[in-house]
Amino acid sequence: MKEKLVVIGNGMAGMRTVEELLKLAPEQYEITVYGAEPHGNYNRILLSPVLSGEAQFDDILLNRPEWYAEHGITLHTGSKVEKIDRVRRQVVAADGSSSPYDRLLIATGSRPFILPVPGHDLPGVVGFRDIADVDVMLDAAQHYRHAVVIGGGLLGLEAAVGLVKRGMVVRVVHLADTLMERQLDSAAGKMLQQELESRGVEFLMGAKTKELIGRQRVQGIVFEDGREVSADLVVMAAGIRPDFALAKDAGIHCERGIVVNDTLQTFDPRIYAVGECAQHRGQTYGLVAPLFEQAKVCANHLAKLGYGRYQGSVTSTKLKVSGVDVFSAGDFLGGPESEQIVYRDPGAGVYKKVVLQGNRIQGAVLYGNTLDGAWYFQLMRDGADVSAFRDQLLFGQAHLGDAGHGQHSPVAMMADSAEVCGCNGVTKGDIVHAIRSNGLFTLDEVRAHTKASASCGGCTGLVEQILASVVGSDAAPADQQKPLCPCTEHSHDAVREAIRTQHLTSIEQTMRALEWHSADGCPTCRPALNYYLISSWPAEAIDDDRSRFVNERLHANIQKDRSYTVVPRIWGGVTTPAELRAIADAAEKYAVPMVKITGGQRIDLVGVQKEQLPSMWADLNAAGLVSGHAYGKALRTVKTCIGSQFCRFGTQDSVQMGIDLEKFSWGSWTPHKFKMAVSGCPRNCAEATIKDFGVVAVDSGWELHVGGNGGVKVRVTDLLCRVKTADEVLEYCGAFMQLYREQARYLERTAPWLERVGLDYVKQQMVEDAANRAALHQRFVASQQIAQNDPWAERTTEARRSEFEPLTKTDVGRVSAA
Amino acid sequence: MNDWITIGTLEDIPRQGARVVQTAAGEVAVFRAQSDAVFALANRCPHKGGPLAEGIVFDHHVACPLHNWKISLESGEAVAPDRGCARRYAVRLADGIVQINITT
Ligand code: SRM
Ligand SMILES: Cc1cc2nc3c(=O)[nH]c(=O)nc-3n(C[C@H](O)[C@H](O)[C@H](O)COP(=O)(O)OP(=O)(O)OC[C@H]3O[C@@H](n4cnc5c(N)ncnc54)[C@H](O)[C@@H]3O)c2cc1C
Ligand code: SF4
Ligand code: FES
Repeated sequence: MKEKLVVIGNGMAGMRTVEELLKLAPEQYEITVYGAEPHGNYNRILLSPVLSGEAQFDDILLNRPEWYAEHGITLHTGSKVEKIDRVRRQVVAADGSSSPYDRLLIATGSRPFILPVPGHDLPGVVGFRDIADVDVMLDAAQHYRHAVVIGGGLLGLEAAVGLVKRGMVVRVVHLADTLMERQLDSAAGKMLQQELESRGVEFLMGAKTKELIGRQRVQGIVFEDGREVSADLVVMAAGIRPDFALAKDAGIHCERGIVVNDTLQTFDPRIYAVGECAQHRGQTYGLVAPLFEQAKVCANHLAKLGYGRYQGSVTSTKLKVSGVDVFSAGDFLGGPESEQIVYRDPGAGVYKKVVLQGNRIQGAVLYGNTLDGAWYFQLMRDGADVSAFRDQLLFGQAHLGDAGHGQHSPVAMMADSAEVCGCNGVTKGDIVHAIRSNGLFTLDEVRAHTKASASCGGCTGLVEQILASVVGSDAAPADQQKPLCPCTEHSHDAVREAIRTQHLTSIEQTMRALEWHSADGCPTCRPALNYYLISSWPAEAIDDDRSRFVNERLHANIQKDRSYTVVPRIWGGVTTPAELRAIADAAEKYAVPMVKITGGQRIDLVGVQKEQLPSMWADLNAAGLVSGHAYGKALRTVKTCIGSQFCRFGTQDSVQMGIDLEKFSWGSWTPHKFKMAVSGCPRNCAEATIKDFGVVAVDSGWELHVGGNGGVKVRVTDLLCRVKTADEVLEYCGAFMQLYREQARYLERTAPWLERVGLDYVKQQMVEDAANRAALHQRFVASQQIAQNDPWAERTTEARRSEFEPLTKTDVGRVSAA
Repeated sequence: MNDWITIGTLEDIPRQGARVVQTAAGEVAVFRAQSDAVFALANRCPHKGGPLAEGIVFDHHVACPLHNWKISLESGEAVAPDRGCARRYAVRLADGIVQINITT
């Protein structure tokens, strides 16, 4: 028989937990949900647009009654639970009905804090929490004129703007001197106040409410200083209080909320709590992003998987009152130790402040232009060193030149038809529609539904911004420390750490040691695991073919028509008539449809059939040609220019340097592809400054450049250092590649890796520390001894050819009707 | 009528992999999961015709090598939110011999 799970509270956190649970263990529980509100679960965050008339209640429903029915969930709407009987293990509702539970989830959210002043219970006084409150406000807007909102925080301001739109005269009463003082510094708070004033909201700052007056209904409000204003509607938005009375009465330990541990369990192990009613490590939360994180972990434990841990959240705020852009995150006031970078343009209504400590972002406040909020927040959560672009920080990510192709238009101003994801042809309108109609909150969800940013990822930042502009601060930015994939709770870094410290040498062993919860992984984790294993234990780990993407398994690039391309290595871009002849012969013999010069200074035989590959490779091998790894997360090309052998400006022999580098490094597997170039002088004809490792010859020796990238986000290299001899170039190259191999996350190219760890860190590891450089180089050389086998030659043997051929051919089979 | 064709042995198909059988009805991909269960699907992804046999096989699914749609080996259906279905063929395993039936 199934176990019984009862959920109290049909709100955002409770239902998210149920959804997550259904994904993990759809059959485990018989689920019963009690909700005090009379309808299905809706998106509370979007109550403001309903108030202002921009959305209908129907638009914000998340789960309809049919959804509950489909998943076999018994839903009691309009049914408030009055008692938890822990002895009999049942809950009792107001109507006297009861339900037994094996596990209980409390997700009762919070209640608006109603100031206990005289008159607080008069009709016309409401909080701003649920659809019933909105109905009261809308009714007042139809019949009355004066509204007062108590509280100048996020909720109060949203209510005020909504009521102004509905035609009321609105005053906001606020105790502090500036608005949203817990999210904004005073400069931004003042700008916000001016903006809202220009839209017709009046403010009474520093005013303390003494009493609400009226007979049948509220009519006015009196302040301590004797001031008095009329009010036919009073919205109390002076804070929220976690709703834990029920739990407390049942004897469950509560402080400011229901106290839970890292698995969201209360002091009664059968009872869990999530959402605003829960208190975790002394902290309660009032934004959905952390609550959704809690939901995920809680579901994991309800499903008895037992590996998720909730460790608290860092949150950011984005005000979503239409047209006002405000963002804040972290410690935006700063202390004596910290520095502040401020940009202010009152004319344009823009204010930006970033608080730094030791070149790391501690917090940020943005007003007027919040486009870079997600970026700062990410840098802050990653603890990234910003010294390299500190002077550009306030101009934003676009200014760094990594915003992708084309101009960087503010998302709010983007037309719905504008293409956001070039790979999958997804427009802004598609994304907005998917978010609204499916109730999406996270980047991953948007990816799954629209495919936007699911391919090259170049538009990730833009998608996040669109998400944030639609749903507000609850958009959860992609977190680098998030699980590697849905099969595990461990991050990339944690997985690799475990592989090293626990000496894990196979995928199966790793999955077992780290308690993977899928039988044999997925296409995301298996290639990553395979890379971490072979790069950590080159002599021991066995390269798992079945965990390689087709290109790396077959050592050729698959094309849309299922043919393949063959790109032989052309060392340093230099070839010979004999090699060219062999390539030409192969092209003719196998009737290759296209022979193309690649952007990487080599020749591509395009359109080869799978069965032809081994014999074509054998022919090329015979002429001394080997695989160019044009398909691999591996060393690709080393481009060169002519250099001092012939060129009138050349200062060093760039061609020989390129050949030496390629002979030294070919065959190595890297987290992502790795490209090099060598130019013979600073004219830089080999474009070395957009390569992962670029070498530019100068009179006195060689300049070494790192972290460049062509492709989706162009990034110019940083100068690592200058060296004198060719041997040093090789040593630094090996050390740099090894540092990257050991530390970057799978599928992270050198450019984003370098931005994450900082150039200073790389210099410290391999320029300043000569012993460490030598050790890194040595480890690279050791792994090369195993890696430098031509994969083509290995697959031209009789035994291995069969894998390129069909298993059987038969002429049986009904020809399908045309 | 006996429509079962013997295509080879289980050992001919790599675990977590697939082999292709060429038939008059087109290519059929015969998969062998980690669990040694065998499945047969038309070797054409419902998205843009990618060769499913070249995809990464995980659990009872395969990820298409062209654009990474996940296809259920049991039903041939694409995993939501993608939509589409690769034709499924009957396949059976007896004493290590794999047979498919493409006439049904
Ligand atoms: C063949 C070639 C185009 C050509 O005919 O010139 C090519 C072809 C492909 N590139 Fe490229 N790239 C080629 C040079 C480049 C270059 C230029 C260069 O290397 O100097 C770049 C920009 C430089 C860079 O990488 O920083 C380049 C940036 C990309 C990117 C974007 C990478 C990025 O970091 O943003 C991708 C996508 C990816 O890797 O995820 C990509 C991916 C691809 C793939 C592998 C797409 C795929 O997965 O099927 C293409 C394979 C087609 C095929 O089967 O050959 N290709 N690609 C070039 C092969 C060079 C070689 O000799 O190996
Ligand atoms: C107007 C407004 C705007 C907001 N804007 C944002 C925003 O922009 N970004 C953001 O991140 N967050 C925002 N929030 C906050 C966000 O909505 C909450 O953090 C979130 O809804 C909390 O989820 P929860 O499940 O803990 O509580 P709720 O969603 O409130 O759910 C609790 C449910 O439990 C029910 N309940 C309580 N007691 C009982 C009982 N005894 N028996 C049965 N049912 C019971 C309640 O009726 C309620 O339906 C906003 C909130 C409001 C009101
Ligand atoms: S070769 Fe490169 S640029 Fe050209 S279509 Fe393919 S991925 Fe795009
Ligand atoms: S062809 Fe299979 S995913 Fe596109």
